[in-house]
Amino acid sequence: MRRHNESAVTQLLSWLVPKRGKKLRTNRYMFHTSLLVVLLFLALIGYIVKFTIYDADDIITSPYNKRTTALSERILRGSIKSANDKVLAESSEEDGEITRDYPYEEMFAHVVGYATHGKAGLESAFNYELLASHEDLVTQLKNGISGKKSTGDTIVTTLDTRLQKAAYNALEGYRGAIVAIEPITGKVRAMVSKPDFDPNELDDIWEEINSDESNSCLLNRCTQGLYPPGSTYKLVTALEYIEENENSYEDFEYKCSGETIVDSVHISCYKDEVHGNVDLDSAFAESCNTAFVTLGSTLNLKKYASLNEKCLFDQKIPFDLSVKKSRFDLDERSQKSEVPQTVIGQGNTLMTPFHNALIMCATANDGIMMKPYLVDKIESADGVTVKETKSEEYTTLMNADDAKKLQKMLREVVTDGTGHALDTDEYTVAGKTGTAENEKENAHSWFVGYSNIEDPDLVVCVIVENTGAGSKYAAPIAKKIFDSYYNNEMDKMYR
Amino acid sequence: MLNLVSTGSNYIIMIMCAIYAISCFTIFLPSSEERQVKRMDRQELFMFLFHFLCYGVLFCQTFDVKIIVLYVAQALFFKLLIFIYEHLYLDCSRILMNHTCFLLLIGFVMLTRLSFDKAIKQFAIVVVSSLVVLIIPFFMEKAYWLKRLRWIYGLIGLLFLALVFVIGTTKNGSTNWISFGGFALQPMEFVKIAFVFFIAAMMEKPADSKRMFVTILFSACHVLVLIMEKDLGGALLYFVIFVFMCYAATGRGIYLFGGLSLGVLAGKLAYTLFTHVRVRFEAWLDPWSIIEGRGYQIAQSLFAIGTGGWFGMGLTQGRPSDIPVVESDFIFSAIAEEFGIFFAICLILIYLGVFVHFLKIAMDVQGRFYKLVAYGFSICFIFQVFLTIGGVTKFIPSTGVTLPLISYGGSSVASTLIIFAIMQGIFMIAYKEDEEDEEENEQLESGAGQKDLSAQTQ
Repeated sequence: MRRHNESAVTQLLSWLVPKRGKKLRTNRYMFHTSLLVVLLFLALIGYIVKFTIYDADDIITSPYNKRTTALSERILRGSIKSANDKVLAESSEEDGEITRDYPYEEMFAHVVGYATHGKAGLESAFNYELLASHEDLVTQLKNGISGKKSTGDTIVTTLDTRLQKAAYNALEGYRGAIVAIEPITGKVRAMVSKPDFDPNELDDIWEEINSDESNSCLLNRCTQGLYPPGSTYKLVTALEYIEENENSYEDFEYKCSGETIVDSVHISCYKDEVHGNVDLDSAFAESCNTAFVTLGSTLNLKKYASLNEKCLFDQKIPFDLSVKKSRFDLDERSQKSEVPQTVIGQGNTLMTPFHNALIMCATANDGIMMKPYLVDKIESADGVTVKETKSEEYTTLMNADDAKKLQKMLREVVTDGTGHALDTDEYTVAGKTGTAENEKENAHSWFVGYSNIEDPDLVVCVIVENTGAGSKYAAPIAKKIFDSYYNNEMDKMYR
Repeated sequence: MLNLVSTGSNYIIMIMCAIYAISCFTIFLPSSEERQVKRMDRQELFMFLFHFLCYGVLFCQTFDVKIIVLYVAQALFFKLLIFIYEHLYLDCSRILMNHTCFLLLIGFVMLTRLSFDKAIKQFAIVVVSSLVVLIIPFFMEKAYWLKRLRWIYGLIGLLFLALVFVIGTTKNGSTNWISFGGFALQPMEFVKIAFVFFIAAMMEKPADSKRMFVTILFSACHVLVLIMEKDLGGALLYFVIFVFMCYAATGRGIYLFGGLSLGVLAGKLAYTLFTHVRVRFEAWLDPWSIIEGRGYQIAQSLFAIGTGGWFGMGLTQGRPSDIPVVESDFIFSAIAEEFGIFFAICLILIYLGVFVHFLKIAMDVQGRFYKLVAYGFSICFIFQVFLTIGGVTKFIPSTGVTLPLISYGGSSVASTLIIFAIMQGIFMIAYKEDEEDEEENEQLESGAGQKDLSAQTQ
């Protein structure tokens, strides 16, 4: 063994510094180095091939790539379709004039977006795909000869027009947002934001809606609206409490008198209601603020902050549309007096309805958050699939045991608590209401929950701005959406 | 309609280029002379067809008669050049001639598409320099004293390089140009020829330590001057030439090994010392975060290559002008965008084919001086290709080196033409040696010579 080693070392040495008088084999040396060169070039070619196959598609969609503008002169913008094969946006050319038609008018305004006056929504995020044509060669050839434009690819979304319509109608007359997501796959089935606008009329109304700052109707409130989460946030607080008191959380007891003072902050229950003797389950079901600030004052703030980070507060959320970062300020350096408001979802905490829905998705899906997506596949204009999205796990927010405990508590909200509006025989719902106070007189009304507790079908998150209690406004709206889902038998169609 | 013509001709071009690229290598396979000639005829045909198709597309875009005039002038010139060469030098390498012309033609097509004026200028420079370099092979046959000049090459090279400090001008951030009377030159491009001659002459005989010391000292000075001119690509190129030639001449692995470690060390030092090195390195690591600033160029280059895809946008159908200095350092991205990545890979294979041919010349020639010169030029040529293409595709940090024979730039194309002419000269010398050997062998066989042949054939 030793001798072997020695010979390897001497071999290396004699290669590094050969003995004097050794015959020079220049041709052999040149040949060896040329192998090195060939290897280098193989790596370069391999890199270029890899770049073309894997990286190029993501890179070239950048707004700094002006080549898409050149493409639009040659290609008719592709269509956007719903999962149930309805057209959401479509271009047509007549006498050289191109019009883009949105048959559902206001209903999909925010999620589908618009392509004139700048771009928004899917029209912006998938601009490049809509302008890339994968039509078959014969059609492209014919088009080329006749001078007709080729048609760009079709974006097939995960949205269902029936669910979107139900959500849109349910929110009629209010400002707010509704998101519906399948927790098992991450498919977004509906996304409504109000007030809205008609993308067909954009040329006429553009100046008006831009000068009207009080409505901000161009804003997609689902992904861009930041709201205090109110009592819906108690889900995260309860999770932290359970994680910290794995064995004793069931022993929590509190006598609610409608108001209390913790760390010199005065907290009262909604409408000063007195809940009497509560444990964790009933405090959660009845949304008892005083009980929650009491258990909240025992929390380890460092762990609490890290749980919030895990739940994607202050984090980028991966999605086809850009999502504003939700905000959570508390950590171990914070003032004690900030804690009571924060644990019941007030204080400085702000989140998007989309994010709230995602946390519910993870809870329903035993702690695992699937990556949310809006685009099921990209097809060529003649219907051949170009690219398909596969549902994939994104992150784990909690372990399955804790998720099951929360699921039980969420179910009790509907059977014995503030969510009784959703207590029906036709399907089972578990969820949480919220009444989020804000600078205006009336609170925002929240509901976030999922249906079919055995095998979750759909998560719905509703926020109605400046109306009042979650149980009174948001929960009934959520029920209409679940009704539509089961009346149209989407559970059978999609599952 | 133009779009269709352009796309259609693109597919034909792709197929021709693929066949040409393959023939770069199959030409070395043993086969009958008749088939070899047929292969070379086909190469020549493809290269002129390529030229014709591309100028056809360019003409369809503008219907400008100037383009037809330029096309005819170019086609005639190259046909004439090939004719003169073959009749002046009966033993010349036709493959090398084909490669030279094909690469030049690709360059002309791309330049005409990007900027007609630059294409004219480049064409003029190519006409003058390729006629001037015609005498080089003839000269080399006579100039047996070339290998005796040794350190004189180094001295001349250094002086010429250092001239930029006296009459230098700054372009694209590097002070590596000299200008006099309306002409602008990049000394680095020409000095690399002297540099290869210098090392070859010094190392021709097994070098003693004193001569080794002088070689290293002069080489280090070359590299340092280039670094002072902020010409990083040039410095790297010279360094690589030095390391590889030393290894080939001595067979001492320590040159490769030590050179590599020294290179890494120098790179780190340059990173801490010079801001422009840091900037380029950062633009390489993540151009997207500084896309408004120094990452802009490389990002645009990647957009071009990525948008073109495998089959390209078609000539005249892309937006290569979005990339700053696209005609010189970034011309590869423009080619990839319009002709497609498939064509671009074929182009890389053609460059490799040239390298293999150069190397074969180096191996065939017997004199150690020319052997080392040929080897030095092979390394110089192929590394320049690697630095450019690697740089524009973000495989390595961009160093600002031109693509030989294709990029716009008089100094670059003229110096590459000189190198090709020298290689032709060495090829002919090797050919002659070969014939002499054969004659000798015949004599030996007919006589009863007992001489050891291995000493001669190596």
